[in-house]
Amino acid sequence: MWLKLGRRLGSLLIVMFLVAAMVFFLTRLAPGDPAALMLGDQATAEDIARLRQVYGLDKPILVQFVLWLKEIATGNLGQSIFLQRPVVQAIAERAEPTFFLALFSVSVAALVGIPAGIVSAVWRGRLVDQIVSGLAMLAANIPSFWLGLIFIQLFAVRLGWFPVAGYGEPGAPFLDRLMHLALPATVLGIVNSALIVRFTRASMLDVLSDDYVRTARSKGVSEVRVVLRHAFGNALVPIITVVGLTAALLVGGAIVTETVFGLPGIGNLVVSAVLRRDYPVIQGALIVVAAIYVLINLLIDIIYTFVDPRVRY
Amino acid sequence: MDKSPLLSIRDLEVRFRTEEGEVTPVRGVTLSVGAGETVALVGESGSGKSVTSLATMGLLPRPAGRVSGGQILFRKRSGETVDLATLPSSDLRKLRGSEIAMIFQEPMTSLNPVLTVGEQIAESVRLHMSLGHAAALKRAEEMLELVEIPNARRRVHEYPHQMSGGMRQRVMIALAMSCNPSLLIADEPTTALDVTIQAQILVLIERLQKELGMGVLFITHNLGVVAEIADRVTVMYAGQVVETGTVGAIFRTPRHPYTSALLNCLPARAQRGEDGRRVVQSIPGSIGPVGDGCAFAPRCSQAADVCRTGSIMLEAEMERSVRCVRWREAFA
Repeated sequence: MWLKLGRRLGSLLIVMFLVAAMVFFLTRLAPGDPAALMLGDQATAEDIARLRQVYGLDKPILVQFVLWLKEIATGNLGQSIFLQRPVVQAIAERAEPTFFLALFSVSVAALVGIPAGIVSAVWRGRLVDQIVSGLAMLAANIPSFWLGLIFIQLFAVRLGWFPVAGYGEPGAPFLDRLMHLALPATVLGIVNSALIVRFTRASMLDVLSDDYVRTARSKGVSEVRVVLRHAFGNALVPIITVVGLTAALLVGGAIVTETVFGLPGIGNLVVSAVLRRDYPVIQGALIVVAAIYVLINLLIDIIYTFVDPRVRY
Repeated sequence: MDKSPLLSIRDLEVRFRTEEGEVTPVRGVTLSVGAGETVALVGESGSGKSVTSLATMGLLPRPAGRVSGGQILFRKRSGETVDLATLPSSDLRKLRGSEIAMIFQEPMTSLNPVLTVGEQIAESVRLHMSLGHAAALKRAEEMLELVEIPNARRRVHEYPHQMSGGMRQRVMIALAMSCNPSLLIADEPTTALDVTIQAQILVLIERLQKELGMGVLFITHNLGVVAEIADRVTVMYAGQVVETGTVGAIFRTPRHPYTSALLNCLPARAQRGEDGRRVVQSIPGSIGPVGDGCAFAPRCSQAADVCRTGSIMLEAEMERSVRCVRWREAFA
């Protein structure tokens, strides 16, 4: 098990290297000289040359890549050009809202999507299935910014139950943070639950016709237990996959939702960095998000081994 | 003591709604199983054997299938006789696994892959015998010993995928036996197994039946197995019972042409040159509307005009019954 896990981690390093290479070279493909962009219109040729030297931009591109790799390997993602602080620090500051938003949203999506999918599968073809499937279709197609605006209008402005936007004062209590996250998390949860509903329904339909479900019934096991223990236990692998991937996606920053709700998260950081061509921040954020994505995938694979005894590492 | 049989199915009719309309895969099944008796239910694929057994268990696929006629009378341990066809589902559930148990054809897929075999047996035991967790697991271990699984103490914690097909069928049997059922329905329990394993499983079922005094309804299409294990035989064709009798009587003097054709398909008889394999060349009858003659008539070498009209009733005489209007002429 440990050997295989080690091998798995090794392949993750290779994936991360490829991600780093892509991030680096794609950013370099963007037109324009970063040094000239940083210094603006009034810069002289000498200024630009000096800055190129400071940032190592005068060296051959492969050398730059190797130097950059060395830096990120030691956890140094460079210095933000506009934020006047290290990229690592900038990301760390923004990580908390994004992390909790992702966690909260995935919980909402799973708590809505999984039961709805089960109900839909158990009563396949009946009215409840049609309603659930219809709502799932609707949820999948609602733009999150629109739903976000509706929610703000209704629950924040009209009813005043939740704050309109933002993440609260620095150092506010956790409950206050939760209040700020409630609306965006519900929006993201609803939008992302659609896929979970569909996967849960399909996976449950698959296992409900399996022979061991009939065996369970032949033992006199109650229908609730047949569905929840015997069928659901076997339907979990695809469900965990889609929930995990949803989580991974949300950690990357729900850019639109963060913008609508004015949350200072990763998505927000990346968008402003792109607009200002703050290359170190763009690169750093992409690397971090990719790393989290890869780690969540690893986590999903580890969870499989607990859910299905036939899966072994 | 009550002399009524343990299980008595009378004129059972089952209907299924399909996309092409309603079909009646079982229409007029009458059979009985006494306590401690093994009754073989034989017939080719699609003859309604499995549907009959699922109807008895109350496990017809819902909402498509339902019992549309007849009775399934079962004598409970308490002595009371109930009609399983009309029993409320919660009462039926209490009988399933405790007084009536079932083993299935597919040992490879009939056990839950994510639960240990011990958990699966213990679940049934806890449900019906109201034992605690530890006691139920202990009982599971004893059951594995009963079905001759070596190293039961260790095996009880294993998952189905760690076992062979024969082993898994033993587990299925242990599961079925775990609450001392008075009736066991075995739906082709050996069909998916190697011949050598088949024999072991048959011997095991026979032994347990004698030890525990169960009634067994043994569904099979293998007449060799029937000869080995059954006391009485019920032959089904196209959803109907066509003949019933003791194994000796059926094998010696089959009265229905279908039964005799089946027997002639046995390799030993076919070699003797007894007019064998005739039936094999034709295609099984589809289930048409009830009442337009004998369902077997299109394949029957003895068929006459009288066979093609009216509805053919099951004629009972002593311990035997046969659904054929010409059996006296054709097989006297």
